[in-house]
Amino acid sequence: MAELLQQIVNGLSLGSIYALIALGYTMVYGILKLINFAHGEVFMMGAYAGYFSASALGVQTYEASGAGFPLLLALAVLVVAMAASALLGVSIEALAYRPVRSAPRLTPLITAIGVSLFLQNAAMLLFTPNPRRYPAILAEVRFEVGGVILTNIKIAIFVVAMLLMLGLYMLVHRTWTGRAMRALSMNIDAARLMGIDVNQTIRATFAIGSSLAAAGGILYGLDQIMINPLMGVLTGLKAFVAAVLGGIGNIPGALIGGILIGLAEQLTAGYLSPDYRDAITFVILILVLLVKPEGLLGVVRQEKV
Amino acid sequence: MSTIGALPPASPPRWPLRFGVGAASIAALFGLSLLLEGGLIEYVQRIILLAGINVILAVSLNLINGTTGQFSIGHAGFMAIGAYGSAFAGVHIAPLLAGVLGEGKLSDAVTFNLSLIIGAALAGLSGFGVGLPSLRLKGDYLAIVTLGFGEIIRISFNNATFLGAATGYFGNSPAGLPAYTSLFWVYLWVALVIIATWNVTFSQTGRSLLAIREDEIAAEAMATPTTRLKILAFSLSAAGAGIAGGLFAHMQAGIRPEDFRFEKSIDMIVMIIVGGLGSVSGAAIGGVFVAVSLELMRDLNQYRLVLYALLLVVIMLVRPEGVLGTRELPHLVTDFLRRRRQREAAP
Amino acid sequence: MLELGSLGGLSLALGMFGIAGCKESKPEGASGAQPSGAAPASEIVIGHYGSMTGNTAHFGQDTDKAVRLAVDEQNAAGGLLGKKIRVVTLDDRGDSAEAANAVSRLIDVEKVVALIGEVSSSLSLAGGRVAQRRKIPMVSPSSTNPKVTQVGDYIFRVCFLDPFQGKVMADFARDELKFDRVAIFKDVKNDYSIGLADAFRAAFTARGGQIASEQSFSAGDTDFSAQLTTIKAANVQGIYAPGYYAEVGAIARTAQRLGLKVPLMGGDGWDAPDLYTIGGDALDGSFFSNHFAPDVATAKAQKFVTDFKAKYGQEPTGLGALGYDAAIVLFDAIKRVGKTDPESVRNALAETKGFEAVSGTISINKDRDAEKSAVILAIEGGKAKYRATVKP
Repeated sequence: MAELLQQIVNGLSLGSIYALIALGYTMVYGILKLINFAHGEVFMMGAYAGYFSASALGVQTYEASGAGFPLLLALAVLVVAMAASALLGVSIEALAYRPVRSAPRLTPLITAIGVSLFLQNAAMLLFTPNPRRYPAILAEVRFEVGGVILTNIKIAIFVVAMLLMLGLYMLVHRTWTGRAMRALSMNIDAARLMGIDVNQTIRATFAIGSSLAAAGGILYGLDQIMINPLMGVLTGLKAFVAAVLGGIGNIPGALIGGILIGLAEQLTAGYLSPDYRDAITFVILILVLLVKPEGLLGVVRQEKV
Repeated sequence: MSTIGALPPASPPRWPLRFGVGAASIAALFGLSLLLEGGLIEYVQRIILLAGINVILAVSLNLINGTTGQFSIGHAGFMAIGAYGSAFAGVHIAPLLAGVLGEGKLSDAVTFNLSLIIGAALAGLSGFGVGLPSLRLKGDYLAIVTLGFGEIIRISFNNATFLGAATGYFGNSPAGLPAYTSLFWVYLWVALVIIATWNVTFSQTGRSLLAIREDEIAAEAMATPTTRLKILAFSLSAAGAGIAGGLFAHMQAGIRPEDFRFEKSIDMIVMIIVGGLGSVSGAAIGGVFVAVSLELMRDLNQYRLVLYALLLVVIMLVRPEGVLGTRELPHLVTDFLRRRRQREAAP
Repeated sequence: MLELGSLGGLSLALGMFGIAGCKESKPEGASGAQPSGAAPASEIVIGHYGSMTGNTAHFGQDTDKAVRLAVDEQNAAGGLLGKKIRVVTLDDRGDSAEAANAVSRLIDVEKVVALIGEVSSSLSLAGGRVAQRRKIPMVSPSSTNPKVTQVGDYIFRVCFLDPFQGKVMADFARDELKFDRVAIFKDVKNDYSIGLADAFRAAFTARGGQIASEQSFSAGDTDFSAQLTTIKAANVQGIYAPGYYAEVGAIARTAQRLGLKVPLMGGDGWDAPDLYTIGGDALDGSFFSNHFAPDVATAKAQKFVTDFKAKYGQEPTGLGALGYDAAIVLFDAIKRVGKTDPESVRNALAETKGFEAVSGTISINKDRDAEKSAVILAIEGGKAKYRATVKP
């Protein structure tokens, strides 16, 4: 029983990270109908941004001395990483996606794949391919509850993910920017006619999605101990599946999708076979798209001729 | 008046001429391949072989992605099925055929081509199996599902211990898989695949596929059996990828699931994009380009892949239709000649 | 007009790549693309093919750095047979077609005298077949699958075989640690890991031990909690985790985090300074088999570590030591026979006996494998300490 609970706990924390990344996918797809393949790399860059800024703030000396990294500095690292990723996301949008916005749907898809490959290989060049240990921005505290091991990091992941998601929900439903985003996701041209600054709103969408991915990156590094330049590839893909599962364009759906994918992956690895932990995500994807393509919380869109 | 209703004079049957031209071409190809094998260094021969395999991949993929407009980005999976299928079949058929036909070139040739066909058939069947449920989806969703299937296929091979799992399938001898692939066979199959695809593309079926690409709902309204045709195109293109896989397997010591990763599917997409999505000759050009350019770019060392990815993005931004767009090279040439003749005739 | 312009732009871009391929300049003594007629008589060209890019890039790069160190040292000592050695490194991107391409290019275009490569056994098989057919000697630094040297008589290696190393640890676990019940946690994407796991399992069960749980992961995975949770429930005394250092470090940490307090055991893939950076104190009390022990290392091994650190600012991994050894074994063979034609070099390599290398004393046996002793190291306080020697 304890084993099952442990797998569930692990699945929840992994799933929360997928949820954070899935939010970026779902927001961008909702508005632009574009699968931002490069989003996984933005997640990776956010993790590295956290690594480098923490190192710059001397996290290694704190670790060596045994004292915990001050919470204030940890928050600073989070802010810096989120800002860096937001900048990266907006730049990608401006340089690679905006010029092809009106092109047939295939073109932006290929462009996104190209940007993703470019960032992967650039990261391999800049950061070397060697995996790096993530610094203890948050010192780990372990405790046992009924045979299940919990750490403060796992709890932090869940809490932070919830808070960010709540914040996002507030933003989308209570602010003008959020309203503009929702309008764009319904009908871009009508929104433009209503005087909404489409480019500005799209930039904001990318910025927000990217910064959430960066938060996910830092939390991932803390939980998974290691980061490497190719960490965004599979994780990004799984997060996309999570977004589709929950209903693409739907924010609470991204959360549910992420948690479900995380749980499925852990339980498959633990009880079925670890060899299929990646395959299960794709199987879920295929099942969802064949049975209920609009996702769990999504709305069916009628195609008018 | 006496000619009205009369049949036109009977023209001589076309098939002897076609047969003759075909046989002569094959002989010429064989001669050329012997010449090149003797004259060129092995390294260059390998590049030419890989270019040919790429052309088959590109032309096949173009049938579904370009002509029919249904985007598949997991085609490396079908190449893998063709590769493993033909390698496994080849290893097991060879002793049987050697018993019947005796050891030697004839038995090898028959084993090889039979195994290629088996690999292609398996790939085509998988294409059917994947296409049947998936082709209900459109655009991005279809793309992601095909990606998913491609990965599932690769992961399955990674776990198949009887096929060597992650280490790879090297046949039964320490020397690896028999090296059947040669310039002649590769380019014979290139010709077959191009001719077959060309004929399909410029037939009634091809026109229906184009109609599906342009506007599927309108095509359905015009009584085009869209589902059946989409699945057909998908299966054919999977079979083509399977042939390429079989040819690839028999020029390597062995094949591994890692050789058929997502990056391979991306390479195939780059081939058809560079050449022109929707153009058979463009796909051929793209296939050759990808094989050659990566080798040429070796000087760039670790910057090679970064620049390759950048090239892809730049192409999409600057000239997404690629070199030829949807046009065909032979048509461009004939158009050009025709226009020149017209200009000369009317100064 | 716009169309012509963009077509022109595309052609220009494509053309530039062609020109890049034919450029005269060679960047930083790395790979040269010049189809030279024959290598100038004043130099000896050695080829190295490995994964410089792709998801196993750090393996190829580690090996390459060590090979270059060996080349530089030999050149500083006057070269080989009075000639300078030039090493040409070609990247195979971790792809078997590219490995065969790289080898054929090294042979046909760069006209190499011998080859060093590869780390991955399946890539060694791919490249080795070409090398064997063209009768160019190839020395693999780290491919441990027995099949590699079976390709032909021109293929050699300087590392252990999986069957040997797996048995070493199995015997140690039974005899010294007195384990009855262990788990195996192997990397299914890595034939090295699978080979070691198979050998360990066979030897351990043959000696009456029990494998209570067998789990797997894939290289590149970062999450091991699912499998380790399952292993924890199996109540084992130890876990045999024959993977590479990056994953092993994370596995140790995760196990510690889950409260799984049993020793880990492993092979020479653990040998890297980053093992301790990643794994930290979670590795204390664990054991692994390796080529040499840092605290009782020979003078030669210690010099290698110091020189590597001086040149590259980082300590070498076990792969680096093997890459260096592949190079110096090759140089020794060439020196002994005094000639550089492939057949003489091959014969000289086959006669290597008692050669003192960094990773131990190497003798090439009739199967062209290296006979060398293994050492068992125990990790305490973030350092590896010598524990025992096992002869082949």
